[in-house]
Amino acid sequence: MADKKDLSYLSAKESRRITKENRKITKEYEKQISRKDVPESEYLTKMHNDKNILEIDNLHTYFFTDQGVVRSVDGVSFDVPRGATIGVVGESGCGKSVTSLSVMRLLQRPIGQIVDGEIRFKVDDDKAYDIAKMPIAEMQHIRGKKISMIFQEPMTTLNPVFKIGRQLDEVFELHDKETKAEDRRAKSIELLEMVGIANAEGVYDMYPHELSGGMRQRVVIAMALACQPKLIIADEPTTALDVTIQAQILDIFRQLKEKINSSIMLITHDLGVIAEMADFVVVMYAGRIVEKGTLEDIFLHPAHPYTIGLMDSKPSVNKDVDRLYSIPGKVPNPINMPDYCYFRDRCEKCLDKCDGEYPPLIKISDTHYVACYRSEDKEVKE
Amino acid sequence: MAAPKIDRSFTPIEHSEENILEVNALKKYFPIQDGILKHTVGYVKAVDGVTFNIKRGTTMGLVGESGCGKTTTGRTILRLTDGKTSGQVLFNGQEIYDLSAKEIRALRPKMQIIFQDPYSSLSPRMPVSEIIGEAVREHGIVPKEEFDDYIEGIMSDCGLMSYHKDRYPHEFSGGQRQRICIARALALNPDFIVCDEPVSALDVSIQAQIINLLQDLQEKHNLTYLFISHDLSVVKHISDTIGVMYLGNLVEYGSRDDIFDSPAHPYTEALLSAIPVPDPIVKTNRIVLEGSIPSPANPPEGCKFHTRCAKCMDKCKTEIPVQKEISPGHFVCCHLYDE
Ligand SMILES: Nc1ncnc2c1ncn2[C@@H]1O[C@H](COP(=O)(O)OP(=O)(O)OP(=O)(O)O)[C@@H](O)[C@H]1O
Ligand SMILES: Nc1ncnc2c1ncn2[C@@H]1O[C@H](COP(=O)(O)OP(=O)(O)O)[C@@H](O)[C@H]1O
Ligand code: SF4
Ligand code: SF4
Ligand SMILES: [Mg+2]
Ligand SMILES: [Mg+2]
Repeated sequence: MADKKDLSYLSAKESRRITKENRKITKEYEKQISRKDVPESEYLTKMHNDKNILEIDNLHTYFFTDQGVVRSVDGVSFDVPRGATIGVVGESGCGKSVTSLSVMRLLQRPIGQIVDGEIRFKVDDDKAYDIAKMPIAEMQHIRGKKISMIFQEPMTTLNPVFKIGRQLDEVFELHDKETKAEDRRAKSIELLEMVGIANAEGVYDMYPHELSGGMRQRVVIAMALACQPKLIIADEPTTALDVTIQAQILDIFRQLKEKINSSIMLITHDLGVIAEMADFVVVMYAGRIVEKGTLEDIFLHPAHPYTIGLMDSKPSVNKDVDRLYSIPGKVPNPINMPDYCYFRDRCEKCLDKCDGEYPPLIKISDTHYVACYRSEDKEVKE
Repeated sequence: MAAPKIDRSFTPIEHSEENILEVNALKKYFPIQDGILKHTVGYVKAVDGVTFNIKRGTTMGLVGESGCGKTTTGRTILRLTDGKTSGQVLFNGQEIYDLSAKEIRALRPKMQIIFQDPYSSLSPRMPVSEIIGEAVREHGIVPKEEFDDYIEGIMSDCGLMSYHKDRYPHEFSGGQRQRICIARALALNPDFIVCDEPVSALDVSIQAQIINLLQDLQEKHNLTYLFISHDLSVVKHISDTIGVMYLGNLVEYGSRDDIFDSPAHPYTEALLSAIPVPDPIVKTNRIVLEGSIPSPANPPEGCKFHTRCAKCMDKCKTEIPVQKEISPGHFVCCHLYDE
């Protein structure tokens, strides 16, 4: 763990200096995002393509930690078309969750900040906001209403001391204070039925601990759907569940997409789940996108050595191999990123050129992009 | 109030030399006690009559939904729970529950376990060399003067560096910690290792490293594994034989090809169809199981799977199906195979 050692070698004096500097920087950001009465015109924007519901453009999200600046998301761009499912894959720590927390503006403050880039979101038919520039207070009109998030661990969303029904009712109440209590109850029960809970009236009166993991996750999904959001961000929604329950939950997602025509941003490290659910795939490595394209682009013609390695290292029930491929080495230290291709030290296909600067994301077909020198000859110019 | 009766009857089996482990009609019930008086009012039937063998040098995979009794089976086989409820566990032909405390202690090094969570199973205050070496010294596995070399050799087998010796667990990543757990088990020169979800907590790329390591070590040391996992693609990759558990029962058991190419039990079929396949062209014909797994404290009558089975017949609701051999080495518990 060589780089961990490097970190602990930081002298106390050095660390104090970093802390002080960070405080100065984050104070500026905090001042900016906590402003009141900001005119809408400041964050009003235009979608680059009207078919998209979300456009993440050159997003940089950093954490100003006492060990130094962690560039968790370092120039990420991708679009979420209306009604489509985008799968985001990558190794633990590559910035998947930070990307989604940036869209929700739920980063740990003050150390986590969006330092650059735009997050254009189509709030309604003729209006788009740049979420990255919105004051935090305005986010309450977006979160839960227009964009909902489902976390891996359902108990991060559920409150253990309140009954399921009350927690669901609250979501409706929050967004529409006018509704009557019995209407809210009826709506909640209807939602529980919609996510496949058999005994919805019974579950309405239960506490979270009385439910199994799979049922809790359904409740969380029900809560996320309460306001018919246009975008659902699901961060590893089935990773903690068994395959049979996972299959049920994925089924629910598929049906919902048809019912309420929302878009889904699905984060997972299970390539099987991606293959089943996604229309488009984004592959992240160390805070950047190394490859993106349609499901077919990524699974049938993967171009980046990391994507290929990831595919090969997963055992699959429909192919037999004697020995699994394993990507050598490990992810670089996020505080001390190299100035060449981040994957070079683990890449078995590198060229002389790879010692040079970080490879740009190039277009190799109408839908398929990759950041690797190996694909240069395939580049299509606009 | 009297505790509910337990049926402890079974027909004993004969040991066969090729098997390192023979498990026959094994039950492990956990008593449920009422609040104040601590009367036993029922049982969680975590393992409810499980029968299988493992041949020396092979890997048996054990799959099933969470809570179906995989871990309890693994622990009961190693005599790590407070006694079995009934049945037999023969290790090299020897009933391990007949051994004295001293005898079982002497046998311990031969049968080891690796846990799911490499974080909580390592003592935080011991350096790696101590974690791996403690039991080696205790059991006198190698002479004192060879101890250091021996530990270094094991560490290097498991992909750890000699400079890792003086480090503490918190300084390692999840994958490296799992290597330490494997090294600790391997250092005792075991014949049999229960691997309880050893890669479930790890990233895909690190999973591959650990699976490869387990396979290399098996070849080098002629190890036998019981590999518990809910990830069927991992189980398929590593196992020679596979057992499928549902609510404390082994509903199907056979060679890897029996299970994957000709699954016989409706639950196995559903389980296999639920696996997402990382290939956008392959479209699986999914059997979605309705509802969730019933409680093992109050399992359904008859076939325990009947509440979720699409092929359920009348007798399934009352009669318990018995294990039948439908082709050599392929066993299934289901009324569909009654004559
Ligand atoms: N609150 C925080 N403070 C400091 N660093 C953080 C914080 N949250 C995340 N990071 C860092 O940001 C990087 C990206 O983390 P992120 O949680 O997005 O990973 P991920 O891709 O979602 O991984 P996983 O698959 O494990 O969920 C990591 O290096 C992580 O250590
Ligand atoms: N020490 C214990 N006391 C009571 N019940 C237990 C104990 N250990 C396990 N169980 C119960 O036995 C059943 C099987 O558990 P386990 O073997 O851990 O399942 P798996 O490993 O297949 O997920 C579960 O219902 C569990 O709650
Ligand atoms: S740019 Fe070079 S080092 Fe980086 S992934 Fe491509 S071939 Fe490998
Ligand atoms: S015994 Fe009956 S209920 Fe049970 S699995 Fe077989 S067909 Fe289904
Ligand atoms: Mg995450
Ligand atoms: Mg378990």
